[in-house]
Amino acid sequence: MNVTIVDYNSGNISSVINSFEEVAKDKVNIEVTSDLNKIKSSDKVVLPGQGSFKSCVDALNKIDGLVDILSEFAINNKKPLLGICVGLQMFADIGYEETETKGLGWVSGKVSKIDNQNGKFKLPHIGWNQINIVKDSKIFKDIENNSHMYFVHSYEFIPNDKSVISGTTDYSSNIVCSVEKDNIFGTQFHPEKSDKTGLKIIDNFINL
Amino acid sequence: MLKKRIIPCLDVKNGRVVKGINFVDLKDAGDPVEQAKIYSDGGADEICFLDITASNENRDTIYDVVERTSKNCFVPLTVGGGVRSIEDINKLLNCGADKVSINTAAVQNSKVVEESSKKFGSQCIVVAIDAKKNGENWEIFTHGGRNPTGIDAIHFANKMEESGAGELLVTSMDKDGTQSGYDIDLMKKISSNVNIPVIASGGVGTLDHLAEGISAGASAVLAASIFHYGTYSVQEAKQYLASKDIPVRI
Repeated sequence: MNVTIVDYNSGNISSVINSFEEVAKDKVNIEVTSDLNKIKSSDKVVLPGQGSFKSCVDALNKIDGLVDILSEFAINNKKPLLGICVGLQMFADIGYEETETKGLGWVSGKVSKIDNQNGKFKLPHIGWNQINIVKDSKIFKDIENNSHMYFVHSYEFIPNDKSVISGTTDYSSNIVCSVEKDNIFGTQFHPEKSDKTGLKIIDNFINL
Repeated sequence: MLKKRIIPCLDVKNGRVVKGINFVDLKDAGDPVEQAKIYSDGGADEICFLDITASNENRDTIYDVVERTSKNCFVPLTVGGGVRSIEDINKLLNCGADKVSINTAAVQNSKVVEESSKKFGSQCIVVAIDAKKNGENWEIFTHGGRNPTGIDAIHFANKMEESGAGELLVTSMDKDGTQSGYDIDLMKKISSNVNIPVIASGGVGTLDHLAEGISAGASAVLAASIFHYGTYSVQEAKQYLASKDIPVRI
């Protein structure tokens, strides 16, 4: 099996690579590439993302044909795709970080700044927070409810169709921290930095 | 609920941990990778390396340490010390650091913070502030605490937030190494003046000091010696904080 981590200059993806390699060992081949043919032929795709919504969308668009290949993979061919952090946020129709930017539109919704309630809550939301699993998600197999995950973000994904939400976390409000829509998965937290529980989520995705 | 973080810090020089250590079952007491792994297995919420390598020719040793650590530890890793440029930050991130802390370079040229937070995202830019009490105020120092700057710490903290820092790592130079507790007034002042998380550092000698740092408004507490010399384990620290009703990840 081939799992491709999309390398589109979205900032630091070393930790994502290291964690997938740790879980995959020799059983699964992990590719790190922006090569369209390799992405097309892989079994699963991971879309990481660090920095702002706009910088990630711009970086995706900079690679000719990448967005089309990813859409074909996830939407037409319905193969498993996992978005992490801004990788998840880009599923939305629109994001408001820096400036209004169009997203991939795979999971209808918007990405807005977390309401810090006039400074009562610090942003970014950094650190370990518990996840509240609200629906059965394949990537949460053997993950206990209220497990701790590592978060770093100032913006949140607000999907229109609440049934895609698989997990939330409590900060200044109830924040969507994971989604599952058919073959499309996303986590706002960083499984690659969430110790053993995080690695288990990666394992679940690899073993889908 | 978001948990308060406990961050053990290791001083690394020429690729080796500087201070001695009493961990049992340690194959190589000087190997930062092995120690980081012990911390992360013991429940550390993040790991911090402070590179104090003085000579330029040995600078590259830290990259190897970071690379090996990030293949073994799956909690966030912050690396600081001697970070001068966007290129330095880029190299550390590529080796597997999750955040980079900038001290002297941020004071000399706030553009480094602005540009790096734009390029890599605020989430990985930590500005380290070394401050010393001066009358009613605190003055910041650079070059590992050797050079006074005349710059007011609170003013500088605000400026760094505006420049795009994701977090501030605040060290009291008066308290550092004394084991008499954080400079609580400094931590209170800075954390109430900025809307980004503050990591308290410098002076921890007891578990109660950690609790005091959190009560002063810090989102995370950093300590070196108490963990390093095995006085307390990270787990003991967390249990103590939990007993004081401070939310921690156990």
